[in-house]
Amino acid sequence: MSAEEVAGEMKKKFPEADVRIPRASRLTASVKKEVLLDVCSFLKDAGFDHLSSIAGVDRAENFEVAYFLWSYEKKILVTLKTAVQKENPRIQSVIKIWEGANWHEREAYDMFGIVFEGHPDLRRLLMPEDFVGHPLRKDFKLPEVE
Amino acid sequence: MDVTTLLIGKARNVIDYFADPVFNWGRRNSIWMLHLGIKCCALEWGPFIARFDAERFGIGPRASPRHCDLMIVAGPITHKFAPKFKMLYEQMPEPKWVIAMGDCAISGGPFFDSYNIIRGVDKLVPVDVYVPGCPPRPETMLDGMFKLQELIKKRKGGYYTCGP
Repeated sequence: MSAEEVAGEMKKKFPEADVRIPRASRLTASVKKEVLLDVCSFLKDAGFDHLSSIAGVDRAENFEVAYFLWSYEKKILVTLKTAVQKENPRIQSVIKIWEGANWHEREAYDMFGIVFEGHPDLRRLLMPEDFVGHPLRKDFKLPEVE
Repeated sequence: MDVTTLLIGKARNVIDYFADPVFNWGRRNSIWMLHLGIKCCALEWGPFIARFDAERFGIGPRASPRHCDLMIVAGPITHKFAPKFKMLYEQMPEPKWVIAMGDCAISGGPFFDSYNIIRGVDKLVPVDVYVPGCPPRPETMLDGMFKLQELIKKRKGGYYTCGP
């Protein structure tokens, strides 16, 4: 199955998703966060069994959560993007689909304050427990006095 | 204060006056450093200890902070590591000295605007000698060690809570 076929099936099943193929064996999809779990289950069933990373991005108007999926059989890298609003950012956890999402989601929570609903143990991963704020947000200010 | 306490105090002063130069001579010629390699500056201990043979000046790495007189801070301290770092420093027996090695330990270096770096290790512990460089050359490190030995000889720097 090539990237074009995966994109065709995705467009058929999720007509609202913005699916693009920037180059060979790459696939980029933007989906709404309401259908995120459905898209993820579909991709898992389609053979994307490796969630290599979850990245948070601070856009000007909203946050973005990007999931990087890799298929060992198809050799296709999928970038799945979802927009989350800036006030009270919440999104469904994909930990039931990919078990390895645990620490990736904790890192995104640590750096951006995005709350993953359904995560069993959502604590800070890298920063100390008593740290105030989320350092990779654009509006984070460095504390002047240590 | 009764007479006995006074006499004991005076006697201790006299003993300290004659014994302390001897102790000081021992201190500055057997500086044991804590083998705490925080970051890449710790790789520079290799040539400093082996190639230039710091052992001939009595300087050698030890694994436990309870055996050490000197802590060489070879990298930036993060906010998360800072409590453990202070605990290591407090475990060292007195008198104890600290060398800040490299730009990271002195001021934060290239990470000065990072959100998790303490900008200068002297905000946590008292530093006696600053050895700049990124990383410092082994010769610079030896020079810093000799500066520290001079400090000990003049009884400056270091951390004492009692005694001279």
